[in-house]
Amino acid sequence: MTIELGFFYAFAGITLISALMIIFSKNVLYSAICLLGTLLGMAALYVFTRADFLAVTQIMVYVGGILILLIFGIMFTNKKGEDRVYSGDRNKFIGIAIGIAYFVLLVTSVFSINFQQLPWIKQAMANENIVNNSTVNQIGINLMTDSVFPLEIAGFLLLVALIGAAFISGKKV
Amino acid sequence: MENILISEFSYILLFIVGAIVFIAGGLITAWIIRPSRPNDEKKTSYECGEDPVGNAWGQFNIRFYIVALIFILFDVEIIFLFPWATVFGQQTLVETTSGVWGWFAITEMSIFIFILTLGLVYAWKKGYLDWVKPLPKTEDFNSKVPYSLYEKVNQKYTVPSSKPE
Repeated sequence: MTIELGFFYAFAGITLISALMIIFSKNVLYSAICLLGTLLGMAALYVFTRADFLAVTQIMVYVGGILILLIFGIMFTNKKGEDRVYSGDRNKFIGIAIGIAYFVLLVTSVFSINFQQLPWIKQAMANENIVNNSTVNQIGINLMTDSVFPLEIAGFLLLVALIGAAFISGKKV
Repeated sequence: MENILISEFSYILLFIVGAIVFIAGGLITAWIIRPSRPNDEKKTSYECGEDPVGNAWGQFNIRFYIVALIFILFDVEIIFLFPWATVFGQQTLVETTSGVWGWFAITEMSIFIFILTLGLVYAWKKGYLDWVKPLPKTEDFNSKVPYSLYEKVNQKYTVPSSKPE
């Protein structure tokens, strides 16, 4: 358990440091590359919460897809004559205030909850319904039994998104 | 308490550490061994090739973006395929339902994939996947000298290449 805890703090540190680098980097492209560290660290944290499928999804969709799209976006928005895209800093005071307020909200709520007394955790502990194995199998069975209709709806939504994305971004100039 | 799920991921951690060691090790060894005598010629992007023009961070063709967008949607589709693939051929499930499970699973997934393929067909048919070539610029300059005069000059100064007999 102590080794696990050590790794947890290591990955949390990677996430935190790269998140801070996103904010403090002036060059937008460097920020996007630091986002890679944050997303990978988040995936590792998902593993520690025993959400292995979510971790794989995070890496495949966010790191493999959305981050690339973001970097593409930065490359397309390059101004002519200027080499790099720099981010300015506006609304400093309000931004810092909102950040601190959100942080305080999260910290107070985490410390005020007694996790052992939550009803769904109590129930899970009573039934010994603790995830010890890979959840991918169970998700697959659920997808094919209880959630077949939502799966097809998801497919339809993806179709709508695909057509919409192609239509909007593919307009002939 | 031993948790199988997390200890299984230690293999992935091993791969991550291996990747970092491989790349960092190679770069650091090269950095220690190599002599450092740079000059302008060595510092160019292509030491023995074209001289690069402008910055590598220039603008990209917009078509990359559409391809990337379509890629992400199929990426999400693959995410759904993963858990399905682990249970699709599971022997106990197929045997307890006397084969119905397998047919049901493959039909459902085929419908799911077919729906998304419609989107790809749409994008293909509408030409969103076609590469946009830069238009050739034509000068709309109108010369006041008539065209026939040019032709006359051309004919006058044309060197007869090979005379038949």
